[in-house]
Amino acid sequence: MTHPISLDVNGVTYSVEAGPDEPLALVLRNRLGLTGVKVGCGLEQCGACAVLVDGESVLSCVRPAAGFAGRKIETVEGLGSPERPGPVQQALIDAGAAQCGYCTPGLVVAITGLLRSEPRPDENAIRAALEPHLCRCGAHPRVLRAVRALAEDAGQ
Amino acid sequence: MTDNPSLAAHPNVEDWIAVRADGGVEVRTGKVEIGQGIDTAVALIVAGELGVPFDQVVMMPVSTGLSPDEGYTAGSSSLEHSGQALGLAAATLRRELLGRASQRLGVDTGDLETRDAMVRSRQTNRTVAFAELVQGAPVTGPVDPRAQRRRGARPGDPEGFEPLHVRRRVTGTLKFVHDLCPAGTLHARIVRPPHYHAVLESLPDDMQTVLGDVRLVRDGSFLAVAHDDEHMTIRGAERLCAAARWRAVRDLDEGPIGQRLLENRRESFPVRGGVARDEPVDMPPPSGAGTIRASYERPYQMHGSLAPSAALAVLNDDRFTVWTHSQGPYPLRGALAEALGCDPASITVMHAPGSGCYGHNGADDAALEAALIARAIPGRPVLLKWSREDEHAWEPYGSAMRMELCARLGRDGMVEAWSHETCSDTHLMRAWPDPERPQAGKFLAPRYRANPLSAPAPAASLGAGGGIHRNATPPYAFPHVQIVKHLVHGLPLRVSALRTLGAFANVFAAESFMDELAHETASDPVAYRHRHLDDSRSIDVLDAAAGRFGWSARPPAGNPDGIGRGIALARYRNAKSFCAVAVEVRVDDDASIRLQRAVIAADAGEIVHADGLAAQLEGGFVQAASWTLLEAVTWDRDGITSRDWQSYPILRFDNIPEIDTVLLDRPGEPYLGAGEAACGPAGAAIANAVFDATGVRARRLPLTPQSLRQAASTG
Repeated sequence: MTHPISLDVNGVTYSVEAGPDEPLALVLRNRLGLTGVKVGCGLEQCGACAVLVDGESVLSCVRPAAGFAGRKIETVEGLGSPERPGPVQQALIDAGAAQCGYCTPGLVVAITGLLRSEPRPDENAIRAALEPHLCRCGAHPRVLRAVRALAEDAGQ
Repeated sequence: MTDNPSLAAHPNVEDWIAVRADGGVEVRTGKVEIGQGIDTAVALIVAGELGVPFDQVVMMPVSTGLSPDEGYTAGSSSLEHSGQALGLAAATLRRELLGRASQRLGVDTGDLETRDAMVRSRQTNRTVAFAELVQGAPVTGPVDPRAQRRRGARPGDPEGFEPLHVRRRVTGTLKFVHDLCPAGTLHARIVRPPHYHAVLESLPDDMQTVLGDVRLVRDGSFLAVAHDDEHMTIRGAERLCAAARWRAVRDLDEGPIGQRLLENRRESFPVRGGVARDEPVDMPPPSGAGTIRASYERPYQMHGSLAPSAALAVLNDDRFTVWTHSQGPYPLRGALAEALGCDPASITVMHAPGSGCYGHNGADDAALEAALIARAIPGRPVLLKWSREDEHAWEPYGSAMRMELCARLGRDGMVEAWSHETCSDTHLMRAWPDPERPQAGKFLAPRYRANPLSAPAPAASLGAGGGIHRNATPPYAFPHVQIVKHLVHGLPLRVSALRTLGAFANVFAAESFMDELAHETASDPVAYRHRHLDDSRSIDVLDAAAGRFGWSARPPAGNPDGIGRGIALARYRNAKSFCAVAVEVRVDDDASIRLQRAVIAADAGEIVHADGLAAQLEGGFVQAASWTLLEAVTWDRDGITSRDWQSYPILRFDNIPEIDTVLLDRPGEPYLGAGEAACGPAGAAIANAVFDATGVRARRLPLTPQSLRQAASTG
């Protein structure tokens, strides 16, 4: 049994059919083709599925899509493209901060959310914002370097 | 003749490399890109060797039937095999292109150079494009294993250079196997027994009715569901899970693993020159005055891939096509054929990106399971995704290990005799097609199908750098060295290759022990290692790490501010990259360990891609730090209890040190694999730093506050 819901994603309003308890991540991936939203655990434990909801980083692998009707959702695809990477994406490229890349979209979202609320975060704020995110390749030192560089740029 | 197995199996230029009509250079490797950057490194080698812009090198996807068969992408051997093969193939190709251009332009080959995918005469400045030179006559024939590699051909990181795939990774546009969803795809999930030794007792008679239009696939105790909607599939799996009744044939052995590793039946082999010998162990460990002993343990640990394993499979006209993130498309194809009872020629295995795997995770199992479901529903592509719980509870773990170290010191404090005994289950349960020995029991699914297969008994791998004894041989010039490998049978958990195999634990033990000996003789740990080294490349990385770290001799142990430093050294597999790691930690009052800063120094031979090399070393450090500080698979008689990231935590952003990486370049020297080089030294350096900070020697991993307190109380 599915119901139509209206979702505002990356600036476009979609009407999609979704199961009553279908997680937002699955709707974004399977109905809208936004496969940059990754599912790593389905338990809100790893951060791969993060999206921005009204500007704030939110995990999308458990919470039903129906609860996000009318909210402004941004996925990694809305934050830049291979032709024109966004500033956070460019900073990660410059820092060589993606190995396998599975956690990367979630990190792009989290970093973007952090910098919007706090353009010059200190070390504690950076680490707190990234704490929900797992990376198994060990790209963490480079991700941290990228965020520090962005924070520094914002200060100039 | 060549000692490069990749080149021996695929001796011709056209197996590896071809110039396209548009001037691009098509490159085939059998090594798969799994986040380690092999595509970028190989493309850089070809670009530099041939003289073509990096962005004109096209890395072809790895697929059986099209790519060279290079076995598994494992053991830090990709650059040594594929990189070297492609370097020689490109050099052979370039020589042929120069020959053709020399005729075309009427000048000597000595007058010619290659640049921008063109051959140019220095004298006349006339040029001819590669594409023109191969028009109607592609370059074929044997790769010359002695082909002269170009001097100064290394492009390094040219201006504007960007590694392959990175842009698609950061923009979420790289398609992982999880994202492949061709028209008509069915999403599938497996419903698994509560543990290894349980079988399906019953399903309700009306199970298919309860599942509605979610398809049930059953073969003995192998259960799967499939539906064209992923969410419906997940809900179906939950219903099936709730309804299935399982019976435990036996329980898991809960006994203490350290004891099992010593007491279970085992096969023992002396190791000489890094090679295990099928001979009796006939020498007792060192004894007498000045003898010191210590034993170390590493628990079962996970690959912990961030994405649960997945595969896409379809059966059309009796032909399987399987998309997988396996590390070995060819060996997987052979093993699939055996498990499915079909001809390997009827299976095409294509590599598709997965999340980092760090060895033999659930990828191969998922590939077979997807194929089994696809066979039950022919004509429909089946995208099987494991759940997080599947991956945590069913992946083949890195083996638990116990190491017994013993040394006798002379009056001068120097090691006179050194003994390292290493006890473990196998580290090699990957499928390798072998007409003599059936392989299908290495997969999970055949153990649960009707007419189940049992897992094959582990067999000792005796070769140089084999699993259990990998890096059990120390890099030091000790007068007497005795290494013994014990393959222990009857251990409780499913295991296979995890990054470094036995090397992480062996180096953790040996380099911790070196630190103990340095302390025992009131020596500085760097100086003490120095006194036992006669190999200049080992000495160089040790000095580089100590130098960058700012190491200076001072008395060790028990600093009031809880700050400590440690160092460790290894040459991976005693044959690949040299690596030294220095670490500073802070141990807080609650016995938690904070990683403050780290220096990695490495010599990986001639450097191909410096930043990629540094990233691999750093990643190896971070993963090993996670193993060292946090990770142990837990279980009880009813099954694995590490079933998610809460019950099996890994290192997070809150405890990541700043890492300074020093690369020692060796132009002209062979490439040495580096993806695993930092892991062992990282673990030992952290343990040694904890000792320096607290005076507590922690010999059992992981170094949790609880284990530190225990080590402190037992001395």
